[in-house]
Amino acid sequence: MRKIAIAVSALLLMFFMICSVQAADPLVSFAHLKGTIEIAGGTAHIPVMKDAARAIMTYNPNIRINIAGGGSGVGVQKVGEGLVDIGNTGRALSEAEISRYGLKSYPFAMDGVAVIVHPSNPVTQLSAEQVRQIFSGQISKWDAVKGTSDDIHLFTRDEASGTREVFWKKVLNKGSIATRADVVPSNGAMKTAVAQDKDAIGYMSIGYVDDSVKTVVLDGVPATQENALSGKYPVARKLYMNTKGDPTPLVKAFIAYIQSPAAEPMIRKHGFDPIK
Amino acid sequence: MTLRREWWIQKGLLAATLTSVAAIFLLLFLLLYFSFPLLFSGDLKQLFSWRWNPFEGHYGILPMMLGTLLLSILSTVMAFPAALGICAFIYTHRNSCLSRLLLLVVHVMTSIPTVIYGFVSVFILVPPMRRIFAAGAGFCLLTAALTLGLLILPTIVLVFHAYLTQAGGSLRAVSESLGLTPMEQFCFVMLPSASRGLVSALILGFCRAVGDAMIPLMLAGNAAQIPASFLDSIRTLSAHVALVLATDSQSMAYQSVFASGLLLFVMIAMVTALAHHLNRNMLSRCR
Repeated sequence: MRKIAIAVSALLLMFFMICSVQAADPLVSFAHLKGTIEIAGGTAHIPVMKDAARAIMTYNPNIRINIAGGGSGVGVQKVGEGLVDIGNTGRALSEAEISRYGLKSYPFAMDGVAVIVHPSNPVTQLSAEQVRQIFSGQISKWDAVKGTSDDIHLFTRDEASGTREVFWKKVLNKGSIATRADVVPSNGAMKTAVAQDKDAIGYMSIGYVDDSVKTVVLDGVPATQENALSGKYPVARKLYMNTKGDPTPLVKAFIAYIQSPAAEPMIRKHGFDPIK
Repeated sequence: MTLRREWWIQKGLLAATLTSVAAIFLLLFLLLYFSFPLLFSGDLKQLFSWRWNPFEGHYGILPMMLGTLLLSILSTVMAFPAALGICAFIYTHRNSCLSRLLLLVVHVMTSIPTVIYGFVSVFILVPPMRRIFAAGAGFCLLTAALTLGLLILPTIVLVFHAYLTQAGGSLRAVSESLGLTPMEQFCFVMLPSASRGLVSALILGFCRAVGDAMIPLMLAGNAAQIPASFLDSIRTLSAHVALVLATDSQSMAYQSVFASGLLLFVMIAMVTALAHHLNRNMLSRCR
């Protein structure tokens, strides 16, 4: 029993050593740095940030990276008030935010927004015009778009959502969303709501899509991250890191690392496409 | 020695009381401080309107206020008969296993986190609501009220039960010696004499319903509209705060968060004051 334990730990040790040797190259800029990076804001960013932080902190234990959520709005406020070093947002900053706090933005990934329905829904494709009519309430039954004869159940996101913003701008052309639409507070809640309701329609980050919901082909283009990055699927947004003024050397190195090819596998792993 | 200890206990209690009171005043002060620019900038009129559509420049939070009132009243109305029934059962079957078990269950219910109620309801209450009524997606006033009623039920039961036990003793002995059955005791003696407790319990339950954000956020649908039926989606002030808190901090939508907070505070203060007033009136009538 003990022998096995020793063998396993030896193997693990070797594994970690190999890993750190392999990862050494892109991380070399962290070699002589120390200190803490505080990160807060957009929740879509967190998995990528965590992977990067783990790699950096393993390479150089003198660096601490703390990551919190809160949403895009919280990210802006915290970085603006100087409470954190990096505030993440799933949307571009507003003019008011940039001028008030003097923020700088660093995009690193592309995330498409897909229109989703229940997997059993016979509707597989819609035109942008049909989606606009559905969300504004002009079309209220599925049979108007070659579906069942049931009522359409509309789901939208909260006003703070970066996902809502890009959907509203690029699909709805800033058109109105019916007041009776149910509002859900996160991508996860959107998936739960639509996955349960055969008459539901909503929209969410492609990174969150799985088998429990079906993405709708929009104007003949399937909603995939590849199509979003190539520009064929136009409903996409960038994920940003933001700093107040110029970053410190440590924060600068972190941002450079996230934007470097070394971080691309991490970004892909979590369903986004890195911006080259 | 005992005197000295008593002095310490008294001072300790005083300190605890003052801290709690100070915390509440600090809260009110901060809320006022943050909504100060709003109160004096003339934007207030924009907030007190019936239309919420921040993308088109409408920032009315009155639908949310109506939503909060409707949901709290409905859930309290639903919880009230159930709570009264449970208390009557526990009183009339005081020494049975079943009533002790019931009391235990009610105690356990208070310790279940709100998010569990919400989460479970999303999966087991929303789908049947959608199927049975076939009006909308099942996220509506009624769904939220049912769950919220369940959530505030233990608060009402436990507070009222405590009053009954407190008032019990001699009243029970006298009414028993008059030959009243347990049910008669409950209806004609205990209930009238503990009516203050019942009002307090209801107010406490109501205030909990007003303040809860998780249940309406997860179940009420959050559409900022005036509901035409129990099956319409509504948004409450508390859910509104949770939804809008993360918006652009320079926007009018963000300002509405502080107005909502202030409005919630004022609503709860008014209900409590009203309850206090009712209680005093009742007391003087009893004398």
